[in-house]
Amino acid sequence: MKENNKKPVREESCNTSRRSFLGSLATAAGISLAPGVMLYGIGKPSSAAAATDGASSSVRWGMLIDLSQCDNGCDDCVTACATENGLRGFGRPETDPQWIRKVEMTNPETGHSKSLPVMCQHCEDPPCVDVCPTGASFKRADGIVLVDKHSCIGCRYCMMACPYKARSFVHEALEDQKTHAPRGKGTVESCTLCVHRIDENRQPACVEACSDTGGGAMLFGDLNDPDSEISRRVATYASQQIRADLGLNPGIRYRNL
Amino acid sequence: MKNITYTELEGNGTTFYAMALGLIGVMLAGLGSAFYMEHHGHVVTGMTNQVVWGMPHVFAIFLIVAASGALNVASIGTVFSKPVYKPLGRLSGLLAIALLVGGLVVLVLDLGRPDRLIVAMTRYNFKSIFAWNIFLYVGFLLVVATYLWLQMERRMNRFAKTAGLAAFAWRLVLTTGTGCIFGFLVAREAYDSAIMAPLFIAMSFSYGLAVYLLVLLIACKGSGRELGGVVIRKLGRLLGVFVIAVLYFTALQHLTSLYAAEHAGIERFILLDGGIYTALFWLGQVFLGGLLPLLLVYRTSPSDTQKYRRSVSLASVLVIIGGFAQLYVIVIGGQAYPLDLFPGMEVSSSFHDGAVAAYAPSLPEFVLGLGGVALAGFIVMLGLRVLRFLPASLASADIDPHHKATAELS
Amino acid sequence: MRSHTGAGYLAIVLLCLLYPFHTASADGNREPASGVPRPVIARGQGETCVADNDFMRRNHMDMLNHQRDETVFKGLRDEPFSLRDCISCHVVEGADGMAVTVSDPKHFCRTCHDYAAVDIDCFQCHASRPESAGQSGAN
Repeated sequence: MKENNKKPVREESCNTSRRSFLGSLATAAGISLAPGVMLYGIGKPSSAAAATDGASSSVRWGMLIDLSQCDNGCDDCVTACATENGLRGFGRPETDPQWIRKVEMTNPETGHSKSLPVMCQHCEDPPCVDVCPTGASFKRADGIVLVDKHSCIGCRYCMMACPYKARSFVHEALEDQKTHAPRGKGTVESCTLCVHRIDENRQPACVEACSDTGGGAMLFGDLNDPDSEISRRVATYASQQIRADLGLNPGIRYRNL
Repeated sequence: MKNITYTELEGNGTTFYAMALGLIGVMLAGLGSAFYMEHHGHVVTGMTNQVVWGMPHVFAIFLIVAASGALNVASIGTVFSKPVYKPLGRLSGLLAIALLVGGLVVLVLDLGRPDRLIVAMTRYNFKSIFAWNIFLYVGFLLVVATYLWLQMERRMNRFAKTAGLAAFAWRLVLTTGTGCIFGFLVAREAYDSAIMAPLFIAMSFSYGLAVYLLVLLIACKGSGRELGGVVIRKLGRLLGVFVIAVLYFTALQHLTSLYAAEHAGIERFILLDGGIYTALFWLGQVFLGGLLPLLLVYRTSPSDTQKYRRSVSLASVLVIIGGFAQLYVIVIGGQAYPLDLFPGMEVSSSFHDGAVAAYAPSLPEFVLGLGGVALAGFIVMLGLRVLRFLPASLASADIDPHHKATAELS
Repeated sequence: MRSHTGAGYLAIVLLCLLYPFHTASADGNREPASGVPRPVIARGQGETCVADNDFMRRNHMDMLNHQRDETVFKGLRDEPFSLRDCISCHVVEGADGMAVTVSDPKHFCRTCHDYAAVDIDCFQCHASRPESAGQSGAN
């Protein structure tokens, strides 16, 4: 079967034609890809300008809550949050969302009791951000911990990870959400520190309600600014964080806890 | 030792088709459940803001953990070169793939936004063990598929050992990752511990082998193939060892926790006054899933093959039941116990702080979980029917090089 | 013989591919001669959109995808970043004078998306009509 006289000729022509084929293939690929690569490079927005706008890490938003001013029976902060963010209950307390709640705390040894508002503590080292598989749970540059609902797949792992039980899962379909507080079925949500208000240089709704009609216990401000009211107060008076032993450094601090 | 012949299942009897149709029915019901849950939202399930992972996760984690353990039999044959296990390797690989696919499907269909699966597969936060697990699970499927091919393509058999080693290492990392899903959670007292990883590895050995045993017994009985006493004896004794390992790690976990005053609450809850969780722990996990299978495996005389076969089958079923009980206690019991925001204080609120959470699994959750099990079973049935996974005979004389014909009943 | 059959198949394929374009006209909204219905798209309020129609038709999805990251991650909420502004301009009044939500086929986004059979993901979370429009469609 071997045709010795034909074989060498065929091999030579095969080798050269294969080489030139590969060469022209590479050229064609290069020519196809080069314009796309060039356009991609041109089309990318210059990141320098964009990076300086918006939230910045020179700021760290925080809250100081003075429990000596917090009334046991008052829940103006809770009502204000629900109104501001369009949180409607469906009469099902196990699955209804709650971004802030009043916790009644009783010392079983002494019988002393007090109540305090608890919401997402906006930790510096949030466990919910660590565990989110898609990176939807994230900490903004200015310290606010948020859920990017565009990436949230609703796995609820962040809810398992949060030591403060801050997060809620949206268990039913929602309608007519507040424009500034989009929320939807199948995603996880929590206190946003009213980020839409903060971006307009206003205060969170709970803080505003507390100072307007409540006990005036809540103070909001920039913890990184040594001249802000909140920085001066935490430097003057003792304040604590809930579960400070976990080392998460929350942005929410309490006086007279 | 004779050359092992592998053949496909005949698969043309009424029983076979009835089983296949039954499994398809359950799968469709599971799919229907998933649509129902996705359409109405999770309000139709028993999962709440307090117990966020429920019955589907118990099923899914069982399937995933058993998947990595089912591969054990193949690893013992390839990596540790035990001759009796070598013919069992192909079924082991098939079962591993089938169980993992079943578990993953349940997990994905329970997501709040399952339509965003593509987001989960393209955006990763590499600090999350969950994200790593996605790679580990998909990679496991590819590694085991390659390993199976190398075993089944006789010309490639010489590479099977390398693949077997890779698969063995991969499944250890995968199971560690699954355990660390819980072990990395600093917030929950029931979880925050490094022991979750080796506990899950021991669980995977145990559940995986139990499932493998049952599948092997059913497949051989259903297709009229001989299953020698030597296989049953070896696998039965191995199951006993793995059950002991699970009991050891469980005991270690609770003893260490009991030593710390701060964990007295959670230990009391699980071990004493947690209601259903306590019952499932002692009765389900320790007794039915631990002590009783040990009795069956070690107290039945191996020389009476028929009786031993029955004991091992029953032990496998009990281990699986115990496994579900254990996962229920871990996954749901761990969430039912309230978070301790203010150590030493009694708390209450409108958001269920300080109270043990109530959880009642709903029908859609059960059906979704069962759908995943049915999918795994269907993949195994289909695989056995279409490709050559099962040896034509597993009689002791055919596969055991040291077998001496004794006065055995088999 | 072989090449003739091949050429025949090619001709049929080309005809099928090119047929839809024989009625293409500059103004996509008008009914073409073949009678294929086109979506009736309501005119938005104001003079123009943030970009011209052709650009928006082709690129609004990329704009939305990019701008939403700017809002979520950097807190930039004003035009051109604002979905709220898009919705308040492209509001459509229903029979009762109130703005329609996305569950109504007359909703601005639905007129095209229904026609093209492309799922809209936005309105599971975002309100599909301006907030004050619960009472009246007029802004």
